[in-house]
Amino acid sequence: MGKSTVTTKDDAQALFHSLRSAYSSTPTHLKIIDLYVLFAVFTALIQVGYMAIVGSFPFNSFLSGVLSCVGTAVLAVCLRIQVNKENKEFKDLPPERAFADFVLCNLVLHLVIMNFLG
Amino acid sequence: MAVPIDNNLTKPTPPSSTLRFAFGNVLAFFILLLIGVLAFSIRLFSVIKYESVIHEFDPYFNYRVTQFLTKNGIYDFWNWFDDRTWYPLGRVIGGTVYPGLTLTAGTIWKVLQSLNIPLSVETVCVFTAPVFSAFASWAAYLLTKEVKGTGAGLTAAVLLAMVPSYISRSVAGSYDNEAVAIFALIFTFYLYVKTLNTGSLFYATLNSIAYFYMVCSWGGYTFIINLIPMHVLLCIVTGRYSSRLYIAYAPLVVLGTLLAALVPVVGFNAVMTSEHFASFLVFIVIHVVALAYYIKGMLSPKMFKVAATLVVSVGLVVCCAVVAVLVAVVASSPTKGWSGRSLSLLDPLRLALGWSRALDLPVPGQRHSRLAPSVPGYKTQYQAVKKTYASKYIPIIASVSEHQPPTWPSYFMDLNVLAFLVPAGIIACFSPLSDASSFVILYLVMSVYFSGVMVRLMLVLAPAACIMSGIALSEAFDVFTRSIKFYISNLSESLQIDAGDTVPGNNVSPPSDVLKNDKKEDMLKERPSRKNKKKEKENIEKPSVKSKTEKRPLVLPVEASFFALFLTVLLGGFYVVHSVWAAAEAYSAPSIVLTSHSHDGLHVFDDFREAYAWLSHNTEVDDKVASWWDYGYQTTAMANRTVIVDNNTWNNTHIATVGTAMSSPEKAAWEIFNSLDVKYVLVVFGGLVGYPSDDINKFLWMVRIGGGVFPHIKEPDYLRDGQYRIDSQATPTMLNSLMYKLSYFRFVETDGGKGYDRVRRTEIGRKHFKLTHFEEVFTTHHWMVRIYKLKPQKNRIRGKTKKSKSKTSYTTTPRSGTVKKNPWH
Repeated sequence: MGKSTVTTKDDAQALFHSLRSAYSSTPTHLKIIDLYVLFAVFTALIQVGYMAIVGSFPFNSFLSGVLSCVGTAVLAVCLRIQVNKENKEFKDLPPERAFADFVLCNLVLHLVIMNFLG
Repeated sequence: MAVPIDNNLTKPTPPSSTLRFAFGNVLAFFILLLIGVLAFSIRLFSVIKYESVIHEFDPYFNYRVTQFLTKNGIYDFWNWFDDRTWYPLGRVIGGTVYPGLTLTAGTIWKVLQSLNIPLSVETVCVFTAPVFSAFASWAAYLLTKEVKGTGAGLTAAVLLAMVPSYISRSVAGSYDNEAVAIFALIFTFYLYVKTLNTGSLFYATLNSIAYFYMVCSWGGYTFIINLIPMHVLLCIVTGRYSSRLYIAYAPLVVLGTLLAALVPVVGFNAVMTSEHFASFLVFIVIHVVALAYYIKGMLSPKMFKVAATLVVSVGLVVCCAVVAVLVAVVASSPTKGWSGRSLSLLDPLRLALGWSRALDLPVPGQRHSRLAPSVPGYKTQYQAVKKTYASKYIPIIASVSEHQPPTWPSYFMDLNVLAFLVPAGIIACFSPLSDASSFVILYLVMSVYFSGVMVRLMLVLAPAACIMSGIALSEAFDVFTRSIKFYISNLSESLQIDAGDTVPGNNVSPPSDVLKNDKKEDMLKERPSRKNKKKEKENIEKPSVKSKTEKRPLVLPVEASFFALFLTVLLGGFYVVHSVWAAAEAYSAPSIVLTSHSHDGLHVFDDFREAYAWLSHNTEVDDKVASWWDYGYQTTAMANRTVIVDNNTWNNTHIATVGTAMSSPEKAAWEIFNSLDVKYVLVVFGGLVGYPSDDINKFLWMVRIGGGVFPHIKEPDYLRDGQYRIDSQATPTMLNSLMYKLSYFRFVETDGGKGYDRVRRTEIGRKHFKLTHFEEVFTTHHWMVRIYKLKPQKNRIRGKTKKSKSKTSYTTTPRSGTVKKNPWH
């Protein structure tokens, strides 16, 4: 039991190192997107925490707030997938087109959220 | 694998084949145009045979809502509180109706008006369904094209244009939610598959907007929001996860949920009810999986093995925790009705309930006639219902024959040869299995399951069956024509087999030929380690004649292929004949105008409109009309009178009150009706002309629903030895019930004292009686609708003893005090 946890710990450490070294080779624009995604998720978590403390009374406001963050994060992840050079599936897709789609989708998302905010 | 067509188009092709593609595209365009015309015109039988009227029950409500919308505008529509129905409760229409259909027709009307095309609202409503079925055919083309190429798409579109199941709900005049919802359903699926194939965020946006339109249109949107997560899960489990899948799914959940919450009738249900939980769960799962794949891409394979155990186990723990939380939440709040709904996912009978509540509040009342007590097997059917349905809502849902499980003949009636082609289509979808084709297979399987639960959901199955059959037919044609061509080219050139097997050289082969071979190659390249190892082995065995081995199993002897081609065409011919028959004969009747052919020519029974016209011309504007709920929508729409209950069965107690009144003796019924401020009672009676779906045949449901709330109404009192009868053997309770009396009052006068009921095929039990509390004011030409007026209270008190006087005045005086205007005294 104790042995296995030790090996898991070692593995985890090795994993952490290799992950870090692998991630450092990521292009800067993808890192920016990652930061954006993390920020959005973090904001969503703050809102969920706030809801847990204060209550969810204007439920539509809470919902639109959280879903705005989640939606932003999801769309940014989609954009990241599409502009990632390593992703062979989207070789043919120019990054401009990907960004235009991203903007359109965000526009729709936030129009809906503004409508739903109440 | 998933974009074979695009591959084909982008490939440098010889000029002759580009020309052929261009030619093929133009041809496909015109074929599609013709399919649209076909889909539209096959649904016009009802207009040609009858007239341009709104059909049946629910469409009248939708028509009335559309009228309100076009007259008062969108803001009044959202805020519309209807006081002309469910008297004295009223109904908030704006917040309880799926607005898609109404808004669509209203928009079409407005556009036409602004173009100076003066069509009436009714005309627009009548032709909405045929127009949208043309759209649905095109959507089916697009979806099938994404799955299996243009040929299959065109075949599927033709099949869908005339599938009887869909025709039954979308003939001209059938102005119901399903008319636009099936188009929305297919189009949403198309956009999902398109997004899945291209991985474009643009299509993902369109997909969620199409989903929004579907949510607006029909409660059946829950089918989409459960089917797509299921497909995503299937892809993940079978190891087909791709970033395209993520792009197709994750934005749809977020945007779709928000958009669904915008529709007032859905509102917070989009995040609160368990029908939607599956999508959130899969949303979490796909993120876990996406993260896993991302890390896998970053790490070396060796390192990933270490990481995989960690990440997957953590992911599983998170998922389990979420599942546990959800289960706990669902289980701990039965008061919110969640447990019933979550159970509905498991139990087919519960599911039927969940669906019918989900499909919309207006539960349609048509086709009651199939449940007529005279139908053999009726009793056993009822017993089953009695045992399994415990909830008090359920008699209402069970009373609608559309909510019953279908019988086998109805599959043949509604799908015809498609039912036999579907398995072939499934097989064709498995070779090669792409994300798109696995989605279609899943769609088919789920819709087969749901159609087994409820007849009404056959409508969801129909497009899936059409797509599958389209694929099957087009593959079959492909094989047959190829082998014939192969034979012909062999014959004419009298060369070796090798000359014929290079496809580009064979300039008579159709584009689909090229396409198919491409696909096959794709498959072989992409999935070498799966089930088709055998095939691969064969390939390895004869690598030099690779194209030949590919073609070899597809080439049939020429006689056989000619024969099979002939049979296939014959099969298609049968389908067309059956569909046209179904459209012309079975499904074109508007059910408010009836016709019958007899030896002395055509009879038209226009009694319903006669009765409603009488009501609107001879009664006060504020008079209340009581009838069984089936006729509520028609009365408000056509007679413009306030009704007590209507087809939107939102209040069971209210319906049970009317049912109790109909089942009670005259006096008790009078008291109930008077307490509801009712001035007229309308009954539908088919005994004279043999119209089977009349109130006497529905009467047992009134008893049942009434007895469910008011226990003094007991069903056995109306049955003699478990049999429902109205002849001399009928029980006294039956013969004294208001429904019996109102239906058969003065009936003996029609045939010289015999009183022969042509629906029940028997002489009635009680022939001569008088009404004390009701008076007949109007009976239509064929006696199909009879309208009675409640006699005023004063006359009744004068002739009664003191005791009953004090009793009735106790119950009725406070009520009669609330009557604002009594035109009679």
